[in-house]
Amino acid sequence: MSKQTLIVIGNGMVGHHFLEQFVQSPAADSFQILVFGEEKQLAYDRVHLSEYFAGSSHSDLAMGTVDWYETNDIDLHLNEQVTAIDRYNQVVSTPKGVYQYDQLILATGSYPFVPPIAGNDHDGCFVYRTLDDLDAIRSSANNAKTGVVVGGGLLGLEAANALKSLGLQASVVEFAPRLMPVQLDDQGGALLRYKIEELGVQVHTEKATTAIVPGTDARLRMNFSDDSHLETDLIVFSAGIRPQDTLARDCGLEIGERGGIVINNQCTTSDPKIHAIGECALWNNRIFGLVAPGYTMARTLAAALNNDNEAAFTGADMSTKLKLLGVDVGSIGDAHGQTAGARNIRFHDEQTGHYRRMVVSSDGKKLLGAILVGDNSHYDTLLQYALNGLDLPGNPEVLILPETEGGAPTLGADALPDTASICSCHNVTKGDICGAIDAGCTDLGGVKAETKASTGCGGCTALLKKVVDSELEKRGVEVCTDLCEHFPYTRQELFHLVKVNGIRTFRSLLNQYGKGQGCDICKPTVGSILASCWNDHILATDHVPLQDTNDTFMANMQKNGTYSIVPRIPGGEITPDKLIVLGEVAKEYNLYTKITGGQRVDLFGATLSELPEIWEKLISAGFETGHAYGKSLRTVKSCVGSTWCRYGVQDSVGMAILLESRYKGLRAPHKVKMGVSGCTRECAEAQSKDFGVIATEKGWNLYVCGNGGMRPRHADLFATDLSDEALIQAIDRIVMFYVRTADRLQRTSVWLENLEGGLEYLKQVVLEDSLGIGAELEQHMAEIVDTYQCEWKTAVEDPEKRKRFREFVNAPERKDPVQQWTSERGQRRPVLELASL
Amino acid sequence: MKAQTRWDVVCTVEDLVPDSGIAVWTKAGPVAVFYLPHRLPALFAVSHTDPFSGSNVLARGITGDVGGEPVVASPLYKQHFSLRSGLCLEDDGVRLKTYPVLLDGDRILLELPVSAGLAEFQAA
Repeated sequence: MSKQTLIVIGNGMVGHHFLEQFVQSPAADSFQILVFGEEKQLAYDRVHLSEYFAGSSHSDLAMGTVDWYETNDIDLHLNEQVTAIDRYNQVVSTPKGVYQYDQLILATGSYPFVPPIAGNDHDGCFVYRTLDDLDAIRSSANNAKTGVVVGGGLLGLEAANALKSLGLQASVVEFAPRLMPVQLDDQGGALLRYKIEELGVQVHTEKATTAIVPGTDARLRMNFSDDSHLETDLIVFSAGIRPQDTLARDCGLEIGERGGIVINNQCTTSDPKIHAIGECALWNNRIFGLVAPGYTMARTLAAALNNDNEAAFTGADMSTKLKLLGVDVGSIGDAHGQTAGARNIRFHDEQTGHYRRMVVSSDGKKLLGAILVGDNSHYDTLLQYALNGLDLPGNPEVLILPETEGGAPTLGADALPDTASICSCHNVTKGDICGAIDAGCTDLGGVKAETKASTGCGGCTALLKKVVDSELEKRGVEVCTDLCEHFPYTRQELFHLVKVNGIRTFRSLLNQYGKGQGCDICKPTVGSILASCWNDHILATDHVPLQDTNDTFMANMQKNGTYSIVPRIPGGEITPDKLIVLGEVAKEYNLYTKITGGQRVDLFGATLSELPEIWEKLISAGFETGHAYGKSLRTVKSCVGSTWCRYGVQDSVGMAILLESRYKGLRAPHKVKMGVSGCTRECAEAQSKDFGVIATEKGWNLYVCGNGGMRPRHADLFATDLSDEALIQAIDRIVMFYVRTADRLQRTSVWLENLEGGLEYLKQVVLEDSLGIGAELEQHMAEIVDTYQCEWKTAVEDPEKRKRFREFVNAPERKDPVQQWTSERGQRRPVLELASL
Repeated sequence: MKAQTRWDVVCTVEDLVPDSGIAVWTKAGPVAVFYLPHRLPALFAVSHTDPFSGSNVLARGITGDVGGEPVVASPLYKQHFSLRSGLCLEDDGVRLKTYPVLLDGDRILLELPVSAGLAEFQAA
C-alpha cells in the first residue's frame, strides 16, 4: 500500500511537539510527512526568547535538530511559506512548488497585535515574536539609550526584560490600570509594579497611545490621550496576539468572529481533512495563548490520527508560574474569584514584598484559584489542590502563611489522587508514575526515562522526587542514599569510618569499605574528608588522583582550559606595594584582571605551565594561596570598621583577618564564606554569609548559615554580644560539626535546614555542649590550624610536584594550540570556536 | 586499506601519574595518557581534546570506573568517556579518538598514523 501524505504548516513549538508525538505512533508508518516553516530556523523555544539577548543562541533554544528530522524521515522545508490551500484538489502551494496532501495540519501560531496608532510603522518600531524580530531589535538598540514596550502583560514584561538585558533604560506602557490584568488583581499588579520599578523599569498604566511622531531628545515621541507624552529611541509592541488564520480564511474554513480557526474536540476544522492546533486554533470560542494547551492539542490530534476514539481536547488549565524580570508571579484557575459565592483569603507582606491570594468555594472546602507575587514556593501545592479538587484543610490559610517552624506546608505525595497531574509538559499523572514503578523502575532516573516526567520545563522536579520516594518507600524499596556505585555509605558515614579507623588513603578506604576503582563523585569527596581529618598536602602522591582539576592544579579552570589565580587578601586589606606586585605579574603574563565579590583580585588566562612561575613571584612578594579553587574557606569580607569609620564600634578588619587566618585552608563539604561588619549598618553584608559577624557596643553578634547565590538565605542570629574568645569558640565548633555531619556539596544553609531540630538543636550542641563533643571539636580544629601550610608554597618548592604543571610532558615549550585570544575593553580574553564533533 | 601507522615514543614511566592522566604532544595532536595501576591493561591513550568545549583538558580529568568500564570525567562539563572505546557515556553520538599504547622497558609508545593530517595542529 502506498503511503498517504501528511503536511504540517508551521514549525513552531506546537508543530514540533505534534511531530514528536506522531512519529512514535503506529500511524506514522502509513504517512509520508512534509513540514513547512516560514522562518529560516528550526522550531525553537519561544517561551525563553528573552534569553537570546542574555547570550543563548538559536541552538540553545532549538527544540530539535536537522538530524532528528532526517532520522525520522520527515521532509523539512524551512524558509518556505505556504501561500495557498486548494481544498478541492487537496494541494498546498508555495513559491517553490505545489504539494498534494491527504491530511493537512495547520500549526501556524499567531502574530503580534500592533495597535492601530498613527506612526506605528516608524523606523524603531518593532514586534517581539521571532528570532528575526530580536535580531532587528538588537541592531537598533546599538545606538539607542531608551526603549518602551507597549503592553504590560506576560509577553510585554518578557520583552521589557529583553530590552533591559540589551542595556536600554526600559519602560512599559499599559492601557489597563494594572500590569498583567488577565492574571493578577489590583493588589498583585501594584506589588509587581513596585518590584519592577525597583529594578529600574518604569511603568506607565492607563495610557492610551494616540500617535507616534519623531522626538526631540530621542528618536521617537509617543503622545498619550491624556496629553502627556514619552520620548524613546525604540518601541516594541507586545499588546497581545492574534491567531494566524489567513490561509484558513482564504480557503474558506470556518473562522471565529474575532479570528481563529474553529476546531472540534478532535482538533479538526470544518474540513475533515484539515486540522488545527496551537494558537491559531479556536476551541469553544477560546484561543489558548500558552504552550501547554497547544501541546495538549498536539497530543490529542496525534491520538485521533491513530483512530483513538477517546482522544478529545476538552479545554486546558491556564494556570501559569513565571519569573518576570526576576520576580515570581503565579496565577491559578479562577484567580479573580468570578465563581458565584467565591471567598478570598489574602496575605500581603509589604516588608518582604510577598502577596498571596486564595480564592475558595463558598463552603470553604475547595480551592478555586490563586494569585502569587514575589514568591512562587507555594504554587505547586496550591495548583494540586485546585486541579484535583482536593478538600482544603480546616484552616486553609496555612497554605499561604509564611514559613514557620518545620518549613512551608506542602501537600504530602500520599494525599494526591492517581489522577493528579505531576508533569503538565508531558501530561504525566501520579498514576503513570506508580505504573512505571510497578513495571520495574526503582529510582528517579528510571521513572524520568520511562514517563518523560520532568524532562520538559523541569518545574515539577521536586514534586516528582517526592512522589517517587514516597511510592518506593510504600513498596518497601529502600531509597538509596549511597554516595555512588563504589561506596554504599553517605558522606557522613564515610567521615566516621575514616576518622575512627584512622584511614589515610583513598585506596585503603576503597579496599576496606568500597568496590571498583572509584569515580569523579567519590574521589573528591573522600579527598575532602581525608583533608578535613588529616590535613595532608593535597598534592601528596596518594591524594593527587582524587582531586578535581581545580584542586589538583590549585587554580580555577576556565572554559578554554586556562586557569584563574586568586591570591589571598585577608579581610580585603592590601598594601599599595602588594597591589603593585599583582599589577606587575598580571601585566607580565598578560592576565585579564577583575575584582571579585569577595574583596580580592582574580587573574585570568594563565596556562598550566605558567602557574608555578606566577606563584613563585606572588609568594616572594608575601602572597598565599586564596583557596578559590577549593571546597574550603574563601573570603572573610569586611567593612573598614572603627579604625576609620565614624560609625564603627569594633575593629571589623582586624577580626576579619583573624578569622581568615584561622580557617584558611580547612577542607569542608562545600565552600564557606564569612563576613564581619563593624556596626549594625552591616556594610560587609555579613548576613548573607555562612558565618556573619556584626559588631555591637559590647562585642559581636554571630549569624550562621546564610547564603547568596542561586538560592539566597538570610543568616540566622545564633548568639549575641560575644567576646572575641567566645566568638572563635562558637565558630570553631559549628564549622567542625558541619564538616563532620554535612552531605557532599551541601552548603551550611541546606545543612541547617536538614538538621533535625534546626537552629535550636545547633545552639544546644554548640553553646550548651549537649552532646559533650565541644572539646573534641575544638581540639580537631586546633590540629587543623596548627598544620596549615600554603599549598602553593609547598608545591613550588618541590620539583616532583612541579612536574605536574607541564602542559605536554614531552614538549615543555609547546603552547596549547587551541588557546587563541582577542582583546576587549583593553584586556585579553579567549576566543574559542567549538571543534566540530 | 588500513592507514599506515608507526609506534612513537611519547614519554617515560617517570612521567606517568598513577590513577591519573598526563598530556603528550604527538603528530596527531594532543593525546592524554592514563595510568590505572590497579587494572589490566593499565595504560590508555585517548584524545586530549574535550569535544564539548574544544579545549585540551581531558588528561586533567578524574579517572575511575562506571559499571566496571574505565572512564575519565571531563574537568569542564563532567561528561564521562570510556578509556577503552572513547565513547561518551552521556551522549553516544560522541566518541574520542583512541590510540593503542604499550610499555617497552620504561618507555611509553603510541601507535600513530604516519601522515597525521591535522593541519591545524601542525600550523600551531
